[in-house]
Amino acid sequence: MSVPEKFGQALLALAIFGVVLLVVLHIAGRTSTRAPRLSIALFLGPALALLGIGLAYPAIRTIVASFFDASGRNFVGPANYLTLVEDPTMQRVVLNTLLWIVVCPVVSTAIGLLYAVMADRVRWEVLAKTLIFLPMAISFVGAAIIWKFVYEYRADQPGIQQIGILNQLLVWLGGQPQQFLTVEPRNTFALMVVMIWIEAGFAMTVLSAAIKGVPRELLESALIDGAGPVQQFLQITVPMIRSALVLVLTAITIAVLKVFDVVLTMTGGQFATSVIANEYYAQTFRFFNSGLGAALATVLFAFIVPIVIYNVLQFRKARIS
Amino acid sequence: MSATVTRRSRPSAAVARRRLTHPFASAAVFAIAVLWTIPTFGLFLTSLRPEAQIKTTGWWTFFAEPQLTADNYVGVLFGGRDALAGYFVNSLVIVVPSVIIPIVLASLAAYAFAWMRFRGRDTLFLVVFTIQIVPVQVALIPLLQMFVGLHLAGTFWTLWIAHTIFALPLAIYILHNFIAAIPAEIIEAARIDGAHHAHIFRMIVLPLAMPAIAAFGVFQFLWVWNDLLVSLAFAGGVPAVAPLTVRLQQLSGTYGTEWQLLSSGAFVSIVVPVIVFIALQRFFVRGLLAGSVKS
Amino acid sequence: MVADGIKPWCAGISSGTATGWPLTDWLEDIIMRQQGVDFYDQWVAHDVPFNDPKVADSLDELGAILKNPEYVNGGIGDVSSIASTTFQDAGLPVASGQCGMYHIGDFYGSIFPQGTTIAEDGDVFAFALPVWEAGDSMTTEVGGEFATAFSDRPEVVAFQTYLTSPEAANAQAASTTTSRVSPNSGVDASLYPSPVSKLSAETLTDPSAVVRYDGSDLMPAAVGSGSFWTQITNWITGQSTRDTLDAVESSWPAN
Repeated sequence: MSVPEKFGQALLALAIFGVVLLVVLHIAGRTSTRAPRLSIALFLGPALALLGIGLAYPAIRTIVASFFDASGRNFVGPANYLTLVEDPTMQRVVLNTLLWIVVCPVVSTAIGLLYAVMADRVRWEVLAKTLIFLPMAISFVGAAIIWKFVYEYRADQPGIQQIGILNQLLVWLGGQPQQFLTVEPRNTFALMVVMIWIEAGFAMTVLSAAIKGVPRELLESALIDGAGPVQQFLQITVPMIRSALVLVLTAITIAVLKVFDVVLTMTGGQFATSVIANEYYAQTFRFFNSGLGAALATVLFAFIVPIVIYNVLQFRKARIS
Repeated sequence: MSATVTRRSRPSAAVARRRLTHPFASAAVFAIAVLWTIPTFGLFLTSLRPEAQIKTTGWWTFFAEPQLTADNYVGVLFGGRDALAGYFVNSLVIVVPSVIIPIVLASLAAYAFAWMRFRGRDTLFLVVFTIQIVPVQVALIPLLQMFVGLHLAGTFWTLWIAHTIFALPLAIYILHNFIAAIPAEIIEAARIDGAHHAHIFRMIVLPLAMPAIAAFGVFQFLWVWNDLLVSLAFAGGVPAVAPLTVRLQQLSGTYGTEWQLLSSGAFVSIVVPVIVFIALQRFFVRGLLAGSVKS
Repeated sequence: MVADGIKPWCAGISSGTATGWPLTDWLEDIIMRQQGVDFYDQWVAHDVPFNDPKVADSLDELGAILKNPEYVNGGIGDVSSIASTTFQDAGLPVASGQCGMYHIGDFYGSIFPQGTTIAEDGDVFAFALPVWEAGDSMTTEVGGEFATAFSDRPEVVAFQTYLTSPEAANAQAASTTTSRVSPNSGVDASLYPSPVSKLSAETLTDPSAVVRYDGSDLMPAAVGSGSFWTQITNWITGQSTRDTLDAVESSWPAN
């Protein structure tokens, strides 16, 4: 395919999509009063259809597969789940995942929020925000190499130089170089730092937009009433951006639950760093144990339940206020 | 996100002063920004150093013994059998529809969930929300089987459809959060004037939602531009369709030894997302009101 | 070498999700030689348990070298650096003279930086891992490729057959980016660009040499690309031989 042909295909796809869209909106408009249900179906249909085929159906297939053995042919009931509970490696995987979701979203959001608030008041605001956002723009492969040069270990012996900056700093300060990626549990935290480094940019971007929406008058009247910047922040800004905070915490938590590249590229899941999404991939695609992999995935699906409940509660709270 | 459609008041003198003279905030912001950027800066220097040095010394030693080379960039741009430009084109061709299509579909769905009334609406929304948890890997094989069955395997269509599917849940969630916050009076007023849903959607909701759409658009652009897993799964062996990320990974050599090329590759690849971010940053860095219609 | 101040061995096993595979190769090499190829075959086929005492003996032999801080890790550091150094980086100190030897497959020649001469009188050279006792026949461990056909259309079968021919082997032998060696006796050995590849070819085409496939490649995936790698990585970072072998044995799939 030549270059013009490729762009041609893209334009064709967009054109087809555009035509379909116009037709849909047109029909929805025409039938809106006579058949309101049709409008609803047209607005929701495409998205729901894609989600149904692309995510819901595979998810259901996976849940079913979790009750079968490695080959997928023999029904074994809850055997895979029992393995998850009894096998110490699997226990560690689930524990690691829990650790990740407790630490990462809160720390990323906190950093993003504080930074958004402070950068708001600085003259070089755009540059400041772009720099924090930059890790999100770097591909994962790039990030893995970047952090390789932070964590890399070399022994402190003559003729050998450090190539990881953390160990270089340690050596300059008179300490011994440390293994950051092969020693547990510090390696899990080392990996979490990478995730926080990336996700803080997401949090900052969304929250800074929300913060800008807080009416100036409210902030000023608080100052006039004698509130300091911290009180102003806690009593006015935070409540007004509540729904954005919920959104950011939720989105990051879900991203963390699905995290797999960070672990895969930096430690391969070895040295007790594996998390559920990574282990699912290993069991299903490397060890060909589709039953155990599916059980892991199903446990992952179950993690969404508390998040849903949290969101519903927040939504109800917002509706009332 | 509260979308208060009010007029921006001009900053009072007190606030203006605060903008310019807040030493603590300035210092803290500076410190964090530097900390965040050091790792990336390290890689940038690395991409300009000779291979042998990269593998034996730290990038900070550059300051003691500066030695620069363009070899890594030359290797990335012109190395290998095919020029990198072809993969750049593929990435562009993949990204644009993969951003536009999910955003449009998600806006329609988000509007429906926010402003159309029907039984089971809230439950259905929760279901859509819940489905976000399904990781990409779970869907890879079923989707691939479907694509092969539809004779689409190896074309751009697989990537467009796959990226759209994976983007929808979060897109609907984020856009719904914003669209639902549009003041009801505006929608009601339009309804009283006799407008129907399609009209309201096109004329009122879309313009007001532009900032959120732009923000999500930037994220989606980044995620698709930098995606490796989906591209490998659906376009891995097909150079005519494979994007930049796949190519860069291949460049690291049969044994992954040429990873110094990955350091320059990462920066070659980042140029486009950064341009997109800077071009659209006014929509969210500067605030939701930046591009919206004043009431 | 120790007396001369050079550490005899460098080692690195980091390889992403495959971390640990070089150690499995090393252990298999030792078992093949020390315990004999018949035992090796039984071990791979799981006719004897993975944690058989003979396997423990061989693993301890390996430990005598790799866990000894006087012998490793040339040019890189200490024993703990074995697990965190990639297999690609680990052999480089041989070229710079800081390390005596590196145990790796014959493809490694292409990984040295440009300009390194690979010859008996050059910067680096290779030799086959010796036999256990004088008089034993030469044993070699190999990794190989399978040309798998998904249909039996005539053109597919024809191509598959072609791949086994001397012509195909000759075309691949000339590769300079990696070592592609064929056991096909019809191959023209002068085509191999590297003296190391020529050495490998000599062994492969020698009718009296004993050749075996890499054990971890033959074992079930959950072991060979799974627990064998992860447990032996744990072993080099401190786990005992017994715990390591027991863990792998208990992970062997039931069928």
